[in-house]
Amino acid sequence: MIEWAPILEVLRHGTAGAFMLVGALFMLIGSSGVLRLPDFYTRIHAAGITDTLATVLLLAGMMIEAGFTQTSAKLALVGIFLFLTSPTATHAVANAAHKAGLKPRLGTVEPPHPRDVDLNEEKS
Amino acid sequence: MIFVVTLMMTVAMAMMLARLLRGPELYDRVLAVNSFGTKTVLFLCLFSFLIDRPDGIDIAILYSLMNFIGTIAILKFFRYRSLDIALAQMALRRAVSGDYE
Amino acid sequence: MSDLPIDIFTIIDLIIMSMLLVVGIALVRLNNLFAVVMLYGVYSLLAAIWFVSLDAVDVAFTEAAVGAGISTVLMLGAMLLTSREADPTPVLRRWTSFLIVAATGAALFYATLDMPSFGDAASPANSYVGLQYMHHTISEIGMPNVVTAVLASYRGYDTFGETVVVLTAGLGVMLILGIGVSGGQAAPSAPEVQSKTAKKSKDVSVKSTENHHIVLQVIAKMLIPIIVLYALYVQFHGDFGPGGGFQAGVILASAVILYSLIFGMEETRRAIPPRFVQIGTALGVLIYGGTGIVTLALGGKFLDYNVLNAHDPVHGQHLGIMFVEIGVLVTVASVMLAIYYGFAARYRELKDQDW
Repeated sequence: MIEWAPILEVLRHGTAGAFMLVGALFMLIGSSGVLRLPDFYTRIHAAGITDTLATVLLLAGMMIEAGFTQTSAKLALVGIFLFLTSPTATHAVANAAHKAGLKPRLGTVEPPHPRDVDLNEEKS
Repeated sequence: MIFVVTLMMTVAMAMMLARLLRGPELYDRVLAVNSFGTKTVLFLCLFSFLIDRPDGIDIAILYSLMNFIGTIAILKFFRYRSLDIALAQMALRRAVSGDYE
Repeated sequence: MSDLPIDIFTIIDLIIMSMLLVVGIALVRLNNLFAVVMLYGVYSLLAAIWFVSLDAVDVAFTEAAVGAGISTVLMLGAMLLTSREADPTPVLRRWTSFLIVAATGAALFYATLDMPSFGDAASPANSYVGLQYMHHTISEIGMPNVVTAVLASYRGYDTFGETVVVLTAGLGVMLILGIGVSGGQAAPSAPEVQSKTAKKSKDVSVKSTENHHIVLQVIAKMLIPIIVLYALYVQFHGDFGPGGGFQAGVILASAVILYSLIFGMEETRRAIPPRFVQIGTALGVLIYGGTGIVTLALGGKFLDYNVLNAHDPVHGQHLGIMFVEIGVLVTVASVMLAIYYGFAARYRELKDQDW
């Protein structure tokens, strides 16, 4: 007769640890991207990893670790709020930079900036 | 295990801080601050696991809500130089009282 | 996780403190005011972590409530009212101030030698009344969170004083900046205000609506009720966990500020008229003081909540603390909004070239 409870417990901790480690790894990758990539628009991509994938993985790991408790529910709330606010904030930053006419540094083709394009002309 | 993850998180926070201090454009800085806030939220969660006090998660929830306000305020202020004007309008109000302008 | 050596917390503390140091130095060195405002936000985030690490969760909560949202907004408001350039300080004055600061810092460092070590059971803070409060809170007040019990009941006078201080600060700002309602001159009628706003921000306002900040609008509409709900949770959960009237008031004000950031001041003034804010600043102190008067009338001492329930003093304590915290909530939220309205009321008089 195999005692299942301790095995499952070990599995749970292992899964939680794996989730958290992978999340932290993505966090480091994204952060180094923000630090090292050449211009603002590329840095947004790197920040996107940390704000979505890494966050979700870390919170999932912590929720598995906490088990079916109030702490887990609170972590889920943190996840939901971050999922709402973080991409919105990133969107707002990107939008503001784009509207202000910040140009990407990379690329040889230079399409006209949307600010300079006549909207009526495009529609007709 | 959690300790290693927490340490990695502090490294990520330090990287964000470096981008915040260096960031040539204002937008780089705003991006870094927002990202730093997200990392702090996660750090607080991990840290309250580490010290076995779930109270820290309440603070994390609060930060995940508040961080947004600061980011929006900075962007709005930088663009319009005022906190006064509207970025969007309540659809209902516009339908009732006609167009705003 | 309890068998971890204490050493790892020292490592984390050292990392957080070194980041605090870097941010502090950068705050002094940077010239860009926007970057400084953002760095203040980061400083507050780090300070909150630091407070959690010191086990001062309530303090961390206050730091979190104030630091990330409201203080950024208010500092931006203050930025608009200052000039963008400053005359360089003369060399002599710079060195004099450096010497004064260095001497004060050295004196403070010297004073730390006399301080008891962290968590010392024999330190003055942990041995006299502090120890009594810790022992008696459960039997006398029946609350798991000793901080709330000390703040609202044992040290009710002090908190009353703090609330009055908050009110005084709000009054000062309202006296200096105004709040956007009739203060001497007649309030501008609604169409006049609208035309003024439209004239001033013709291009920006029109453009902004064409730009469709629809994502912000939708997310803000989802978030604002959640923030208000969370403020109420903080308010009423303060007996059990970190939180209380001060924090809840700030969070409530943050919700209104987010509303005004997205939907504009005009809309906010319609939703929460400045008159309400004015009344609220005083009403909270009135509720707090009124609780004290009621206890006096029931035959107890000022702010002695035991008499509020004749049969069960512990229940009386709970009632009293609830009323007092509501008073704090109303005053803090109103004062925060009053300051924000005060800054916002100034903007109309500013032109673009002034900035």
